[in-house]
Amino acid sequence: MKNSIKQKDTGWSEKTGRKKELAGRIAGDAFKIFIMLLFVFPFFWMITTAFKTYSESILIPPTLWPRHFTLDNFRSIAQSGIHLGMYAKNSIIVTLAVIVLQTIIMIPAAYAFAIRKFPGSNLLFGIVLIAFMIPQQISYITVYLMFSKLHMINSLWPQILPFGANAFGIFLLRQRFRQIPREIIESARLDSATEWDIMMHIAVPMCRPTMITIAMFSFIDTWNSYFWPLVMTNNDKYRPLTLYIEKLKAQADTAIQWNEVMAGNFILVVPVIIIFIFASKKIIEAYAYNGMK
Amino acid sequence: MSRINRKKRMHGSHPEDEILSMMTPRQRMSYYLKSYVMVLPAIAFLLIFTVYPMINIVRLSFFKGNALKPFKKFVGLDNYRQIFFVKKDFLNALKNTAYYTVAVMVVLIIMSVLFALWMQKERKINRLAQTVFFTPYLVASISCAFIWSWLYNQNPYGLFNTVLGWLHIPPQRWLNDSRMAMNCIIAMNVWRVVGYYAIIILASLKSIPNEIYEAAQLDGAPAWKVFFRITLPMISPQLFFLLITITIGSFKVFDSVRIMTNGGPGDSTRVISMYIYDYAFQRNNTLGIASAAGVVLMLVLILVTLLDFKGIEKKVFYQ
Repeated sequence: MKNSIKQKDTGWSEKTGRKKELAGRIAGDAFKIFIMLLFVFPFFWMITTAFKTYSESILIPPTLWPRHFTLDNFRSIAQSGIHLGMYAKNSIIVTLAVIVLQTIIMIPAAYAFAIRKFPGSNLLFGIVLIAFMIPQQISYITVYLMFSKLHMINSLWPQILPFGANAFGIFLLRQRFRQIPREIIESARLDSATEWDIMMHIAVPMCRPTMITIAMFSFIDTWNSYFWPLVMTNNDKYRPLTLYIEKLKAQADTAIQWNEVMAGNFILVVPVIIIFIFASKKIIEAYAYNGMK
Repeated sequence: MSRINRKKRMHGSHPEDEILSMMTPRQRMSYYLKSYVMVLPAIAFLLIFTVYPMINIVRLSFFKGNALKPFKKFVGLDNYRQIFFVKKDFLNALKNTAYYTVAVMVVLIIMSVLFALWMQKERKINRLAQTVFFTPYLVASISCAFIWSWLYNQNPYGLFNTVLGWLHIPPQRWLNDSRMAMNCIIAMNVWRVVGYYAIIILASLKSIPNEIYEAAQLDGAPAWKVFFRITLPMISPQLFFLLITITIGSFKVFDSVRIMTNGGPGDSTRVISMYIYDYAFQRNNTLGIASAAGVVLMLVLILVTLLDFKGIEKKVFYQ
């Protein structure tokens, strides 16, 4: 009874209902676009400030778009006493080294945990899980003391070695290796392929997307890291870009030249944004999957 | 991890059993040895750089010392007495961290569910919205902190003050105001991560089978009832994940606070990780105090993580 009345109801007001729906949708979309603009505005503000002169950056009221488009900020931070190139080089070396080291260590460990059976494997995998929950704020004190004892604080090693084993990566890759059909591995063994061949020429190529995802996570984490290099270095020579920007701010003493600070940020942010533009769908999927697990 | 695996183990069947049973004892030894060699590098790195530091910080917390001589003098539990009963600054840091965590949690959970519901339909504009809301999450937290410090600039040329000016509201001091500073940091961090959490909720929303909604529609259930009776229970595992991740992330917050306020004004935004940083190597002979604070932080995180594992077990059970 109730249902039939309802259906009649909708049938009667179908036309006005549709119009209303359309109007509502347009209003909703306009609001959505407005919120999106608000969301990206801070980045827009960073970029425009980076191309403004100092006097324009403190104009009242602020200008939305630079009146005098200038590259002077980039020139001046590159030429000032602090060497942009040195910091950029450190960032690049550390990021690449971490990704390479992690990959080398991760593949055999994930393979053994996923495919092979050996006594104590659960206990050892437990160590991997424990490593998940230890934050840098806990481990850095001891790690600093170790490197300082070895006189290695003045090098890039303290920023690379502690991240050699990527617990999260081992976990993710093990899950993926487990999905490889057993028949493939067994038939390869029958063909007397060595375990090394199976791992490198069958398992790894099959799981390439997962490995790229893990490498991308590592890239973003390492490139953006601030706390670790801050506590692990005493010398500017070994510091990455994140600390360079902080230095820009500190150097300006009382009156911070925000246009220059924003130019520095621009350099730090651009590589990540470029990667995101090219692989946004993949990246979002990877993060969503990660949260669903 | 999961119940299914545990069951497998109990029955003792592993895909490798067959070839292991065909091996001679010698071959089996070499098989095991090879396995250990494969996991050894990873385990060694983890033991040295995470497990050992976790144990060592407990040991350090019983001593008075500095970077050169960390174990200078054994003081027992005195460092804990110091931070909880003598000094006021640790409890203040704990209070600030708790405030930050609770505020971020409430705002983030509500906002990420709203955003996810908002982006649920398969439309071009919603794909774009996902990308836009997610972008800040990938950008270095210190860049975000710098950009927002600039927006929060207390001079009349600061952007937020300009907007207030349009509304005829006098300029605010934002990060330099001890009553506002923490909320300013919270707003920045919510902006930074809400897209990530919204996407997790969104993925969870999309996994709800359509038949359930159709059935509810046939029953003529009102939208709010559908949300509270169907949607919310169905996404509860992801909400639980959010709860845990946000708590852990909030207890570790450091970068944004250090850049935006450096703990100030006064001590109004000094959080635990900042406290540990200040005491570890920036002062004389206070490494033990920093370690004691670190142990407290670690205990909180372990507690939360254990809750997480409990939650995972439940999730598997219901599936």
